[in-house]
Amino acid sequence: MTTLLVGVTVFVLASFVGFEVISKVPPTLHTPLMSGANAISGITIIGALVAGGLGSTPLAQVLGFLAVATATVNVVGGFLITDRMLEMFKSRSDRERPQR
Amino acid sequence: MTAMLYLASAVAFIVGLKQLGSPRTARMGNRIAGVGMLVAIVVTLVTEGILNWGVVLGGLAVGTVFGVWAAVRVQMTAMPQMVAIFNGLGGAASALVAAVEVLESDLSGLAVETVVTILLSILIGSITVTGSFVAFAKLQGLVPGRPLVFAGQRFVNGLIFIVLIGFAVWAGVGANESGYWVVAAISLVIGVMTVIPIGGADMPVVISLLNSFSGIAAAMAGFVIESNPLIIGGALVGAAGLILTVQMTEAMNRSLANVLFAGFGTEGATSAATMSDKPVKRATAEDAAITLGYADTVMIVPGYGLAVAQAQHAVRKLADALEERGASVRYAIHPVAGRMPGHMNVLLAEADVPYEQLLDMEQADPQFPQIDVVLILGANDVVNTSARDDPGSPIYGMPIFNVDRAGTVIVVKRSLAPGFAGIDNPLFYEDNTLMLFADAKDALEQTTAALRSV
Repeated sequence: MTTLLVGVTVFVLASFVGFEVISKVPPTLHTPLMSGANAISGITIIGALVAGGLGSTPLAQVLGFLAVATATVNVVGGFLITDRMLEMFKSRSDRERPQR
Repeated sequence: MTAMLYLASAVAFIVGLKQLGSPRTARMGNRIAGVGMLVAIVVTLVTEGILNWGVVLGGLAVGTVFGVWAAVRVQMTAMPQMVAIFNGLGGAASALVAAVEVLESDLSGLAVETVVTILLSILIGSITVTGSFVAFAKLQGLVPGRPLVFAGQRFVNGLIFIVLIGFAVWAGVGANESGYWVVAAISLVIGVMTVIPIGGADMPVVISLLNSFSGIAAAMAGFVIESNPLIIGGALVGAAGLILTVQMTEAMNRSLANVLFAGFGTEGATSAATMSDKPVKRATAEDAAITLGYADTVMIVPGYGLAVAQAQHAVRKLADALEERGASVRYAIHPVAGRMPGHMNVLLAEADVPYEQLLDMEQADPQFPQIDVVLILGANDVVNTSARDDPGSPIYGMPIFNVDRAGTVIVVKRSLAPGFAGIDNPLFYEDNTLMLFADAKDALEQTTAALRSV
């Protein structure tokens, strides 16, 4: 029961941190923010690795494999695509640098 | 040591999210979160006593190849669809983690809280999967974007939900493995049934909500395998997605319940016929160029049409030409313009528009009375004056850009057809409105060429 209580405490506190951190984000960044947050939700990959790595029956291993693969797409694709988007965000001063 | 490293990755997520909130630090923030993820993955691989290395490494390899391929290949205009897909896959992973737990556990020996979190993980994860794929299909045009509604839909959905609860209790209390699979199957159906009746214009809200769901599903999976980093990461995303969702519905002056259950965009379409008889002032690209050429202040209002036409670079060139003539050019970005919050900002950033020129609702709207020319590119509902003037309009009360208060309004649009919400726009018939019927990209290129020769 204590593990559950600790879990619930962590969940509630983390939710509040999420609310606090996100509530002041300018609309300009909403798409990368959503995409970046989406990549973070891929943290479920930890569970997937355990499920895939310890599954004892063939069915459990197949489902575990699918879990690892889907979570990895979520993580890798999510962070890369967010980076690609953010690379494009430039201020006026960046634009006027000689490299262009 | 393991616990400390997991803590470090959780801290990296929080710092990363925080830095994603400002244009200057955002890229670094994303990378910090990415490093946090890498740490968590490595720690898990090293400490969990993995037995099936083939399964794990195979999954990582397949996922990495597909993830990189998708991220490099996707066009910025298709970003909403891509986020929807990634979202769905995240939900799938969480549901699968819980499914493996069902297979591997002695079900009758499970504690109540484990049973509940397994069921929630399967339920929310599965809804996220099919809901996200329906949202993808709607955005991609594979299924009609309009709300698909039928008589008794809510009754049927309610019934499905009751059946679901029945099977969930059967699975949990009866420690019955089949019960869990039935719960998964019904949840997949619920995901389809809840997103199908929602109109394409509301997909940004749906994607944001599903993003929140994928976080909550991850947190539930965290309870199942008793992993704090999973709970923290999941809760952060759950909260973040929820905030964005609420902000979006507020920008449309609607409640979340209204977005999800109202079948919005079905009723207003009928009024279109009565309005279309009125004359509009047609303009050519040359007319637009002359009007713009004499303007000192220009405000551009982009919408989804800009994305469809891939016209983000064309609009930048027109803006450059105008600035060379001494005009000031700004962009007014409505919170729900495009198919995803901030979608327009990403597209214009791709075309090298400095983010200082992009104004949000509060910054842009008070300026319209002082603006000489407003150029509306493929936007409709966000400048629909019936939202302000017609209490009978389905979008009445939604905050709009009051562009009709500017000197001249030029609307670039492919036809007079109503926008995604299916509602006619009185703005098009105003005396100071010029209608330029064309593809946004063609119109912009012709206008720029004409402007250069004025």
